[in-house]
Amino acid sequence: MMENDLAINLARIQFAFTVSFHFLFPAFTIGIASYLAVLEGLWLKTDNGVYANLYRYWLKIFSIVFAMGVVSGIVMSYQFGTNWSVFSDKAGPVIGPLMAYEVLTAFFLEAGFLGVMLFGINKVGRKLHFVATLAVAIGTFISAFWILSVNSWMQTPVGFAINDVGQYVPAAGWWDIVWNPSFPYRLVHTVLAAYLTTAFAVGAVGAWHLLKDKTNPGARKMFSMAMWMAAIVAPTQIFMGDLHGLNTLEHQPAKVMAMEGHYESHPDGAPLILFGIPNSKEKRIDYAIEIPNASSLILKHDMNAPLAGLDTIPDEDEPPVGIVFWAFRIMVGLGFAMLGIGMWSLLARSRKKLYDWPLLHRAAVVMGPSGFIAVLAGWVTTEVGRQPFTIYGLLRTSESAAPLDAPAVAASLLAFVVVYFIVFGAGIVYIFKLAAKTPEAHEPTPDDAPIRTAGITPAAAVLEGDHEEGAAT
Amino acid sequence: MSGTELTVIWAGIIAFAVVVYVIMDGFDLGIGILFPNFKVGPDRDTAMNSIAPVWDGNETWLVLGGGGLLAAFPLAYAIILPALYAPLIAMLLGLVLRGVAFEFRWRDPAHRARWDFGFTAGSVIATFAQGVTLGALLQGITVEGRAYAGGWWEWLTPFSLLTGFALLAGYALLGCCWLIWKTEGRLQRQCYSYAGRLGILLLLAIIAVSAATPFLEEEYYTRWLAYPGVIATAQIPLATLVISVLFFRSLSKKQEAAPFFYALGLFGLSLVGLAVSMWPDVIPGRITIWEAAAPYESQMFMLIGAAIMVPVILAYTGWAYWVFRGKVGTDGYH
Repeated sequence: MMENDLAINLARIQFAFTVSFHFLFPAFTIGIASYLAVLEGLWLKTDNGVYANLYRYWLKIFSIVFAMGVVSGIVMSYQFGTNWSVFSDKAGPVIGPLMAYEVLTAFFLEAGFLGVMLFGINKVGRKLHFVATLAVAIGTFISAFWILSVNSWMQTPVGFAINDVGQYVPAAGWWDIVWNPSFPYRLVHTVLAAYLTTAFAVGAVGAWHLLKDKTNPGARKMFSMAMWMAAIVAPTQIFMGDLHGLNTLEHQPAKVMAMEGHYESHPDGAPLILFGIPNSKEKRIDYAIEIPNASSLILKHDMNAPLAGLDTIPDEDEPPVGIVFWAFRIMVGLGFAMLGIGMWSLLARSRKKLYDWPLLHRAAVVMGPSGFIAVLAGWVTTEVGRQPFTIYGLLRTSESAAPLDAPAVAASLLAFVVVYFIVFGAGIVYIFKLAAKTPEAHEPTPDDAPIRTAGITPAAAVLEGDHEEGAAT
Repeated sequence: MSGTELTVIWAGIIAFAVVVYVIMDGFDLGIGILFPNFKVGPDRDTAMNSIAPVWDGNETWLVLGGGGLLAAFPLAYAIILPALYAPLIAMLLGLVLRGVAFEFRWRDPAHRARWDFGFTAGSVIATFAQGVTLGALLQGITVEGRAYAGGWWEWLTPFSLLTGFALLAGYALLGCCWLIWKTEGRLQRQCYSYAGRLGILLLLAIIAVSAATPFLEEEYYTRWLAYPGVIATAQIPLATLVISVLFFRSLSKKQEAAPFFYALGLFGLSLVGLAVSMWPDVIPGRITIWEAAAPYESQMFMLIGAAIMVPVILAYTGWAYWVFRGKVGTDGYH
């Protein structure tokens, strides 16, 4: 039994490790793909070369992120079976078709048009190339749609029956399964998170170059676009996150109790614990700093509304409070910091010093990784908050794992850690190197790779000569 | 449509995905296998560029095969994947190394040799692991109830190692013939000189695997060699012989596209042979496709999607190949 527990815990660590690495890349590609589509659309519409140059600048980064997302994603699609085979057997009839739809409607679309997007502008012309960019951007969104539907069904399972061999099989219509209760909220919350992640990454790159040269047209344009996104999307996201939280309270109350740190029930209104240290042995929050009745106000819109605590949940059904509690605070804290930058940028804009306020630019550089940290923290909140179940309330994680020996999982985990750190570590270094290059009026092609003059920076040949005036503005 | 028929259709769709994957990513991986033999500089760049726009789409068929198996035959997915744990994890890590090399070698000229090595190592590991996986599935898996019941080294046998090496030879041949078709000059001449030897290697491997297979399971023996079925099954080695002759003739005539398609033909026949051995089992000798099938509602829901999307996918994939048709010049796609 001990041996078995060890194997399961190793499998959990391996899944958490591989999915966390993977999730960073699509969170970025969903955002950059849309950004690239907007840039190319604006270029087509206005003929302003600055958009084409920014397109070429970010396309190089996109191609690296996309490749890392693809290869780390294939690992995920097989790991359900290699490590969580009992879950796959039982849940396959419900979630399998949704994942198959993801492959059929999203993966092929992205992969099929990616080649044309990266290498094909001189072959197909500007308009058809824009179609390819759009197809890739739409593909990333469709992919998010299906995989989040699967994830949401695991959080809020509906529309199923259990057959005589213990499989969860579709019983209601597929519409109900796809649009399960938490899905619309999770979809909007996650896609907005991807947009914010990209906005802050792009904003940081723009700000970095503005600090060196505030007249650089590419840096100005990307910073301005990113700050519009921050100012608009950050408040929207906080509003949507609140709705998502209310939905979670309705369907997964134990997760919200862990997020709030409510070990005890509060019949006369629950406090909002801002900070504190969860003490899982004594089942209380030590050194809590709290606002009386504020949690009831937020969650029930009534200061005196009763809120149940983890004392109403059997111990064996309780999620790990400490991880959920901290991850949630990191996410929310970063969300408000993003809102702060967004508002600051509006102030700067109104004072006409958006490009001329080094402190704002430094703050934006510091906030560059904030989106990545926030999406990981949010992911941890929702996934660890679902524990100890894989299918919430129905199938335990401990009963979902594949019959593998601990040494096998230990060996694979070690191999994943080594390969991922080397490969993705190198990829992240390359992204930083590209982002450190000043955006130029004629975004150069890599001089070391003449073969790719029409390759990785496809707008090159088309742009040369055509839009010099535009590019310089 | 009855559930029995629907399940057969799904077995066909997944087999189709596997076939398309094997031939399409087969030549990508084959180029990775041969890569160290190409001269550093324009030759390597050309070889890489000949597949850079399409490898990602090619690899997606592997995801469809795996994802389709989960959706249409969840029990098979749940038994096969843990049984083949070590080779599958090795394959995934190999594909990671191979996939990132496409971008990284251009981004880091100072360490290009390293990423070229990673490209080859990843391709070799992924190919060998896929071959081992195939052999291990064919030789049989220990099953108890609804789960795998063997150890984590059960896959390792002389037969699975043989299929691993066989696939290395096969993919290398596909990659070689692809480059004959898509390139010119020194690289093409080099590939012509390899193709004949690789063809002989592959034929020897096919003969060895074919000779061993009927003795793995009694079922295989009867399916292949019992009268009157043998009249039908004997056509497969005969066709292999005919295509081999055509293949070597096309090489000696220095035809450019034909060797690639004959090599595909050899692969296709091997896969037909695999189907003859396995049908109608999904886990040979243990579990049939009907026992592993997902419920009717699940398979039907997906069939609607597949019936609409697979033709659409084939259409735009075909278009992407058309965009990058012709020889890959050393100056990129002009």
